[in-house]
Amino acid sequence: MAEFPTRKWQMMVDLDKCTGCGACVVACHAENNVPIQTEQETVRGRSMHWIRIERYWEGEWPDVKARYLPVMCQQCENAPCEPVCPVYATVHSERENLNLQVYNRCVGTRYCQNNDPYKVRFFNWFDPQFEGLLINQLNPDVTVRTAGVMEKCTFCVQRIRRGEEKALVEHRDLKDGEVTPACVQACPSEALVFGDLNDPNSKISQLTQNNQRNFRLLDELGTKPQAIYLKAGQSNVQV
Amino acid sequence: MAVSKDVPLWQQPVPESAEEAAQMEHHRRVRLTLDPVAPVQAQQMIMEPMRRQTLRFYVIFVILFGLVITELITWVYQMWWGLGVTGLTRPTMWAVYIVNFVYFIGIGHAGTFISAALRALKVEYRRPISRAAEIVTVFALATAGTFPIIHLGRSWKFYWLLPYPNERQIWPSYHSPLLWDLTAILTYLSCSILFAYIAMLPDLAMLRDRSTGRWRLFYRILALGWRGSEQEWHNQETALNVFTYAIIPVMFSVHTIVSWDFAMALQPGWHSTVFGPYFVIGALFSGAGAVILALILLKKTLHLDYFLRDEHFNGMGIFLLLLSMAWAYFYFNDYLAPWYGKAPADVVLYNQLSHGYAAPFWYTMLFANIVLPWATLWSRKIRTNLGAMFFIALMVNVGMYIERVIIIPISLGVNELPYDWGRYPLRLPETLITIGAFSLVGFLYILFTRFFPIIPYWEVFEGQIVHKVQRIGKALIPARSEPD
Repeated sequence: MAEFPTRKWQMMVDLDKCTGCGACVVACHAENNVPIQTEQETVRGRSMHWIRIERYWEGEWPDVKARYLPVMCQQCENAPCEPVCPVYATVHSERENLNLQVYNRCVGTRYCQNNDPYKVRFFNWFDPQFEGLLINQLNPDVTVRTAGVMEKCTFCVQRIRRGEEKALVEHRDLKDGEVTPACVQACPSEALVFGDLNDPNSKISQLTQNNQRNFRLLDELGTKPQAIYLKAGQSNVQV
Repeated sequence: MAVSKDVPLWQQPVPESAEEAAQMEHHRRVRLTLDPVAPVQAQQMIMEPMRRQTLRFYVIFVILFGLVITELITWVYQMWWGLGVTGLTRPTMWAVYIVNFVYFIGIGHAGTFISAALRALKVEYRRPISRAAEIVTVFALATAGTFPIIHLGRSWKFYWLLPYPNERQIWPSYHSPLLWDLTAILTYLSCSILFAYIAMLPDLAMLRDRSTGRWRLFYRILALGWRGSEQEWHNQETALNVFTYAIIPVMFSVHTIVSWDFAMALQPGWHSTVFGPYFVIGALFSGAGAVILALILLKKTLHLDYFLRDEHFNGMGIFLLLLSMAWAYFYFNDYLAPWYGKAPADVVLYNQLSHGYAAPFWYTMLFANIVLPWATLWSRKIRTNLGAMFFIALMVNVGMYIERVIIIPISLGVNELPYDWGRYPLRLPETLITIGAFSLVGFLYILFTRFFPIIPYWEVFEGQIVHKVQRIGKALIPARSEPD
């Protein structure tokens, strides 16, 4: 039986190219059925965005610059959220190098979020509400999560699996760029790039190899994050 | 001084010389172990609160019961709508529920420490207070055990945390400190219940012999056929000794493991290697305070003046002062290393404590846990003043509760990425559930005191048998005869 090859899925974020437009956030909401919180809940800090754009101000008024830092689940190789789960709801896929969340198994201890330095895990405080016509755009490939479970960015695992299965059926290798998560697809300035780092000819390998601007977010914590950031000019983003 | 063999212990004659009689009088007033009364009389004193209830009892009973019911209703409301009804938010994913959990587990430590460690060390003032302390342990632990379930996003799936056999072979993950926690707490709870029960057997037999009708049957079943033969006393002694030495390491492990829930995480303010012993001391500290509160309330409401004397509050006061010093030492250790390290997130957290929004909490904690005990408990007069002791013990518990608030929601508010900082707002559902939890402990406790003797009479009587006065020069000195 043919086997799926081992992958090292990685996301690259070029901070020089990110304009902070938020297209990735919208695309992610649409693709992954992420519930849209009310204004009141957002004020309480309960907004849910699997990818978010952190905005930091630099300098004093009027000489200020905005710095944008898109943050999604870093799919850490040594993920701190995984060992703390008492029910194996968050597990690692060694083959795909992804950090998976099993919604049905999650009981909602929320320990994973406490131990997650990137704070990219989101808890369903209530049953999700999709108002009006939003109910018609739900993606049938993705489960709608109930109240009381954790969820997070999956690198659009449903697209990855679909692409790999298609390639397997057609007896060919998966082409670079054939699988793109929704955020990468929507990014107008191509600040986000997605691909397999095991393939030396992939776009992401080419762009990130020996790049002086490479850094990983909070690398010093030893979580081995799988998202590669490219430093912006004169950046003071924590390296 | 020779003890006459012909008259019972409680009818020993007063010494003939006036000076010796005065000394004896003093010893009897101060020491429970040198002041024996007839067992019938003592047992009457113990059973009095079980026989007749005042209006005050029923009023308190109804109030506490109402608060417990309110808690249950609030919990159902929370499960129905989702945890969003509480103030929990990102990043403070854990807050009051886990604070309560740690607090009640902490309360649950003193009971076993007093009855087991002080028993092993042969500290005499434990005799009349050991049961009261053990029962604090049992009910506080049981209440603490409800919080990990209340706090779950899907409480009805809590059994997934238990290693129960199932056809899909899905077991809980023992990588998670939460599972270590569950194991330790269940071990500790079952040990504490058995320990308290074995120690209660002679008293249950006493109740069986002094009751009639249905109650006689009830106590007869619970007393497990205790007859008071020498073999039974011997077996009980052996069982208690085994438990004494087995339960002390369990007790230390439980709160160490509770601290690992935090210390194993990457969160600034949690990631500390001193958390284990620091939490154990903190637990004993708040627990000793809670036992003092319970003893004062018992003495005042159940008229146990004969059993609970100044010497017991004096002993507990010294114990509390010692624990306060130990706690201060560990807190200093825990505080100093990150302060010296100056990691960015730690600096922000410490600034919030010293002059930020959390400053009122931090200074109240330091006052209640260090300044107040150190300033007062050195004085015997204060240690034996029930009003003062009540206030100090209450403040210690307030301080230790705040300590957990600082560790959990306030620390969680600060993390590595400033974009995700936040504060936890307290809201009504968790407030009601917290009040309900405190009421639950009180409710179970007062219920217990109405069905079971809160003073272990056999232990008191044993103390009275082994304690004599010995003449050294002109003075009569209390002495303890030590059986092999």
